[in-house]
Amino acid sequence: MPFEALLATCLAYVALMFGVAYAADRAAARGHVRWLDHPLVYTMSLSVYCSAWTFYGAVGYASRSGLEFATIYLGPTLVFTAAWWGLRRLVRVARMHHVTSVADLISARFGKSNRLAAIVTLIAVIASTPYIALQLQSVRLSFEVFATNAPNGPEINGALGGTALWVAAGLALFTILFGTRNLAADERHHGVVTAIALEAVVKLVAFIALGVFVVWGLADGPGDMLDRIARTAADPQVAEGWLLKPDRWTALILVSAAAILTLPRMFQVMVVEAADEERLHVAGWAFPAYLFAMSLFVLPIAVMGRELLPAGSNPDLYVLTLPAAAGQDMLALLVFLGGFSAATSMVVVCAIAVATMVSNHWLVPAWLALRRIPSPDETDDLRGFVLNARRMAILAVMAAGWVYHQASGGTAALAAMGLVAFTGMAQVLPAMLGGLLWRGANRKGAYAGIGSGLVLWMALIFLPSVGVGGDLPVPPGVDPWTAAVMASLIVNTLAFIGMSIFGFPDPVERLQGLSFVSAVEPIRHSRMMRGDDRAEPLLAMARKVWGAEAALRYFQAEARAQGRSGYLPDLTPRFLTRLERRLAGSIGSATAHAMIDRVAGGVALTVADLLQVADEAQRAKEETQRLEAAQAELTRTARQLREANDKLTDLSVQKDAFLSQISHELRTPMTSVRAFSEILKEPDLTPEDRSRFAGIIHTEAGRLTRLLDDLLDLSVLESGRAQLNVSVVNLHDLITRALAAASATRPERGFLIDRDLPAEHLGLITDPDRLLQVLINVITNARKYCDAAHPVLILRTRRPETGGAVIDIVDNGSGIDSGRQSLIFEKFARLNDPARAGGAGLGLAICREIMLTLGGDISYLPGQGGAAFRITLPQRPPASAGSEPPA
Amino acid sequence: MPERPLFLERASFHRRRLGDAARVLPVLTMLLILVPVWWMPASLSYAGGAVWIFGLWAGLIVVVWALHRALLRAEAATLRASETPPPPPAETPPPPVKGPADAL
Repeated sequence: MPFEALLATCLAYVALMFGVAYAADRAAARGHVRWLDHPLVYTMSLSVYCSAWTFYGAVGYASRSGLEFATIYLGPTLVFTAAWWGLRRLVRVARMHHVTSVADLISARFGKSNRLAAIVTLIAVIASTPYIALQLQSVRLSFEVFATNAPNGPEINGALGGTALWVAAGLALFTILFGTRNLAADERHHGVVTAIALEAVVKLVAFIALGVFVVWGLADGPGDMLDRIARTAADPQVAEGWLLKPDRWTALILVSAAAILTLPRMFQVMVVEAADEERLHVAGWAFPAYLFAMSLFVLPIAVMGRELLPAGSNPDLYVLTLPAAAGQDMLALLVFLGGFSAATSMVVVCAIAVATMVSNHWLVPAWLALRRIPSPDETDDLRGFVLNARRMAILAVMAAGWVYHQASGGTAALAAMGLVAFTGMAQVLPAMLGGLLWRGANRKGAYAGIGSGLVLWMALIFLPSVGVGGDLPVPPGVDPWTAAVMASLIVNTLAFIGMSIFGFPDPVERLQGLSFVSAVEPIRHSRMMRGDDRAEPLLAMARKVWGAEAALRYFQAEARAQGRSGYLPDLTPRFLTRLERRLAGSIGSATAHAMIDRVAGGVALTVADLLQVADEAQRAKEETQRLEAAQAELTRTARQLREANDKLTDLSVQKDAFLSQISHELRTPMTSVRAFSEILKEPDLTPEDRSRFAGIIHTEAGRLTRLLDDLLDLSVLESGRAQLNVSVVNLHDLITRALAAASATRPERGFLIDRDLPAEHLGLITDPDRLLQVLINVITNARKYCDAAHPVLILRTRRPETGGAVIDIVDNGSGIDSGRQSLIFEKFARLNDPARAGGAGLGLAICREIMLTLGGDISYLPGQGGAAFRITLPQRPPASAGSEPPA
Repeated sequence: MPERPLFLERASFHRRRLGDAARVLPVLTMLLILVPVWWMPASLSYAGGAVWIFGLWAGLIVVVWALHRALLRAEAATLRASETPPPPPAETPPPPVKGPADAL
């Protein structure tokens, strides 16, 4: 097959992957997640376990060590037989705490300690870099196989030096495009997962096709194959290598079982990307079946390769050279794509997982620590920083893999790296399992276990594998690798248990321990009470992480769940806990904890506080659960009642104020009209005076009329008898007209108007005059009351998924106190002194009535760094509003 | 202990026993994978070993599949039983809600 055709196929395949990821992301954005969430997609994404090391390397491994290769697949199978009670629980607990990575899980369990997470991240980085280099190498080697067979082979081979770089760059691009799109509260990447599921199918089909060809095409069916295996094993040299060593067998199964739980990429697809634990019902048997299918033909391929290919060929590449030697070009191409899929999917997911750890546990905490104590109204964009940190980390991980690949150069040095990575991440297992199963496990134990494991792994396994230092001196008959693995894991476990027994955890840690071990939602302790005005800074903080829209939506939903209207929920312990865990889903638990503490004030937990929640709480759990539902309902009703009562009291005060206000407002012009008309009766007035007094009377009468018009308007709107003249308008034109009309108010204030012109062109079906009235009123208010030295008015419009339009009008003044925000839409509610305002205080009340008549709403948005109003419009005004059909 | 409908007892009993089976399965798997290799490594290293390991593996997948199916059905049955209002006498208290701790 011409090398160019191979290259073209490969590029087409890459383009397909980009397309699939893009389509899946778009479908997810539109809310079409049903097929994306299918358990089979989840199962297929788990197959990222089968990297190029297993795709190509398994045959080489089997050719050297016989059935021992199967341990790499049997370990995960063993873990998945415990899917029903073990993995489901891991996923449930991790989802409950919005864990973002394996390091984050350890950190969250052991008192949200970022230092611990940083150590786990270190292991992950050290273990992953050579592993990624191994994938890059496998792609380069598989290209070389085709290039060597091509007529102009040597010349192509010379150009292949850059393959690894091109692959690394392409994968970095893919990962950044689809892995760092957003910083959602639940970290899921539909595009990446779908592309990987598709690659899993390609891998499987390629390998099975090759296996079928080998067993039924080259050999004569399964019986003949078994004979050939027996014949190969008759060679004493082979027989010695193939003889199973029970200690190695056990250690390998243990290590690969640990790997499926702790490898960053496996944790990413199995736990972080899982919508819920239900998909493990299918994955519990389907993933072992996938592994079974991937390993069934390994030994036959190894035996046939040994028989048919010239001595000295690299057994790691039998998968490719066997079909090529048999003249099966298309099969070889399919296998090549399978290996390419295996390598690329591993690198992408590994890069996402490690980059998340590096940015959440190294870069973001370092950045937060470097800055001085920030003021609550800091305006910096944390979300942008976190995303950029992640992008940089992805580039760094890829670059490190590529540099390692270039530096190591040799084949043999890298081939061992798969197992080295497995054993490195396995050092996290004792702390992970202990943390999930044993409430006594504590942070000191985790430090001791992971720390000693890291040191021993470096000294006994990692450094020897790169040629520094020697093997562990062991008595003859014992496998040195097994001895090193067992030594590091045993010391690790003993240190973990020992320090846990002698240490005493702090209260936060004990709460987290209780939550992880009994899989119950923890409640954050809080001394903040109702009426606390710190909800607004919390909202401002969440806005920096999630963006304004998502933060507002979340706060509004929480407030509604509490039975409150508006955007600011009460700072109940439950709300704080949920907020912290959702933030943890974006930036890791330790950072989220620190940030909430900073805004909401230190949370000094005492042992006495703990006693209320620890053991007794667990025993009383069932009872509580039943009571809780009833109580939550009661609390909600009570809150609604309280809010209604507060409002009624306010309204009654306002009603009195309204009467006195309206008499006052009517009397002032009336008095001057009366006074001046009496003066006009005087006979000896000059014509100038007469016309001046008549003018005053005219102005005052005008004021009276306007006031009465406003009152009439309001009463018509309130009674629902308003007539709407509905037509189709462009929002952009309305806003332009409103800005022009409002510019006459305080023209000396030079406002900087910040508009998003392209987004404003939204067609609306509404009453344009009424809407214009609202816009003019809100903008005029901003011009009147914004007290910033350099006033800025921000106008943002968008069309929500439900149709209609949302208009946000935000200035940069000092805003409105949270205590008065609910009053501003009431009649005669003037916040500043009446003289300055120069109006009767009916404007916003009329605005709200208009908006309600139009089927929309106007509300005050807290936490936007100034006074902010949101006007929402439905797709069309309600039919009951007495509207006339558009002309 | 107040009287409860018989079918409910049976459904929840069945579910719990299946849960026990799910807990035993990994231990059993581990024994089946490890013990033979320690016992007679030489006869399991070659063609015979391949038949043994893949046969065991395939059997295991079928067992997990069947177990998960049975567990899902049993859970559905328990849920149905607890939702169906019990026949008279009407004074039967509602069945206790199963907390997560019971499922583990």
